[in-house]
Amino acid sequence: MRIVVTSDKCSGCESCVDSCPYTAIVMKEGKAYINEYCQLCRACLGVCPEGAIKEVLEEGESPAPRESRVEDYSGVWIFAEQRGGKVASVAYELLGAGRRLADERRSELSAVLLGASEAEARELIRWGADRVYLSHDPIYEHFNDEPYAEMLSLLIKEHRPEIVLAGATPIGRSFFPRVAAKLWTGLTADCTSLEIDKETGNLLQVRPAFGGNIMATILCPNNRPQMATVRPRVMKRGRYDEGKKGDIIHVDAQGLSSRTRVIQTIREVSEIAVNLQEVDIIVSGGRGLGDAKGFKLLEELAEVLGGAVGASRAAVDEGWVPYSHQVGQTGKTVCPKIYIACGISGAVQHLVGMQSSDIIIAINKNPDAPIFNVATYGIVGDVYEIVPMLIKKIKEGKG
Amino acid sequence: MNIVVCIKQVPDTAEVRINPETNTLIREGVPSIINPYDMHAIEAGLQLREKAGGKVTVITMGPPQAESALRDAISMGADDAVLLTDRAFAGSDTWATSYTLAKAVEKLGADMVICGKQAIDGDTAQVGPEMAEFLNIPHISYVRKTEAIEADSIRVQRLMDEGYDIVESSLPVLLTVVKELNEPRLPSLKGKMAAKKAEIRKWSSPDLGADAGKIGLKGSPTQVKNIFAPEAKKDRKILEGTLEEQVGALVRELGSLKCV
Repeated sequence: MRIVVTSDKCSGCESCVDSCPYTAIVMKEGKAYINEYCQLCRACLGVCPEGAIKEVLEEGESPAPRESRVEDYSGVWIFAEQRGGKVASVAYELLGAGRRLADERRSELSAVLLGASEAEARELIRWGADRVYLSHDPIYEHFNDEPYAEMLSLLIKEHRPEIVLAGATPIGRSFFPRVAAKLWTGLTADCTSLEIDKETGNLLQVRPAFGGNIMATILCPNNRPQMATVRPRVMKRGRYDEGKKGDIIHVDAQGLSSRTRVIQTIREVSEIAVNLQEVDIIVSGGRGLGDAKGFKLLEELAEVLGGAVGASRAAVDEGWVPYSHQVGQTGKTVCPKIYIACGISGAVQHLVGMQSSDIIIAINKNPDAPIFNVATYGIVGDVYEIVPMLIKKIKEGKG
Repeated sequence: MNIVVCIKQVPDTAEVRINPETNTLIREGVPSIINPYDMHAIEAGLQLREKAGGKVTVITMGPPQAESALRDAISMGADDAVLLTDRAFAGSDTWATSYTLAKAVEKLGADMVICGKQAIDGDTAQVGPEMAEFLNIPHISYVRKTEAIEADSIRVQRLMDEGYDIVESSLPVLLTVVKELNEPRLPSLKGKMAAKKAEIRKWSSPDLGADAGKIGLKGSPTQVKNIFAPEAKKDRKILEGTLEEQVGALVRELGSLKCV
């Protein structure tokens, strides 16, 4: 396929130029021209008021491979990651999302659990799974990509689920791509929303792209399963039902092998990083603070509020605070009750990591800063003037 | 030791801003750079060569302009570079990209393949592990330190959520690396000269012997349906008055929500 501009129709209005996220549309002698940077993302289609931009299929070209018959696949699966035999919290969140999708597709929800006990499997059922494929073997004691990928691929080939989800954790993001490669199917990373297209039944996978500056809806229309990863704290847990019944199916790990070997696991938990995803209030700082001293002030506010301190990528890149504080696309995803953004302009790379917070308070000098678009409350002004005022008033209120 | 480093030329997304009126990207003056994580992959390749001997070849898939990224890698000290470029590669998702890169690595032959953990434009972190699967070799993601390198094995630290693992692998292996691993070197004068003179090989789909059904749009299971700007929040409340009054109103609002 190619996307082309019909020169005769182009009026030179340039409205398509800004629509391209890949900077692939340029003006040449008053006409739009699509250059080699084009990624065929289709964002420009429909933008042209003259209808001069269209996609052209090349001879014998079908849009995507058809390895598998889509209609042969049904059911929703989640991969339940465990660490040290204990199911990770993201697995319960995936069950929440998976339950919703399975109900909408009128199908069943299954979980795959490698290397944990039956008790953990039962807990997955109470959180919404109808069935758990449980494989318990010393080979899963530590995480190695190959046996994980091999076992999940085998199960998928045998049972043919139409959707398979995993957590976008160091484990999920590492071995899930191997499974997608083996099965010749699509994988969408870091989805922030998963919905079923009412007309086609396809999974609509929304994810941030281009450094989080834009959101993209991704489809995997002709291959199955449709695979996606979701970051921790993005999906909500479903209902816990103490009495829920479900099947546990034991799967033999025979024949699995690994060319990597974990010699030792070292825990090195930064309290702040853990904190950020658990506290109710986060006070965050960005480039607008000007220097590292600004964070002292934010720490004071966080202390008064009983919260933790976060930061934008810009502030971390400047070296004002360690990476463990970073919130956003390349840092942590957080969802506290209150998020106070101080001197953060609100690049989408940051927004995707905090916009599901219940209440967002933005303090910024620039009234046009995009952070105000997501803020519940906004104050335009100097952080160094406003934050001390805020600290004083909160203390007064408490006193 | 044959070391192949895979890199990607990306727009510097840290420089990208949204036009609040049109909700589109402001792209003027946004430079193309080597994906920052890939800089660490190049450095890792060079350091491994210094320890174990051998050759570092840098490859990328992209439009003809991506050649400049390869020249930058040579200026840092890479021995050789190959540009995978063909109109037929356009529209590749991670599956087709990994397949194409894997075909090139196969052709080059490698004891070690090194990638950055992810590219800053797509942020998927999928191409490395998918390539390893196509090459049928093991991989280790998020490598933050190399502990030991032998003729037929390597031991590294792999960054995890709650610390790190020490992981050993047989060779050949594919590593994806994080920024903590090293500090990428600056180009030397000699490197810059070499980069200027270097002959960059260009391989097309037939050169790779790639299956035409597995490359570009045809080989890509995923499709982009649409692209949109993130939504603005709907429950916005405007605070009025002087700064002092606004702060007071805010504290009262928070108090009424029992947040403070």
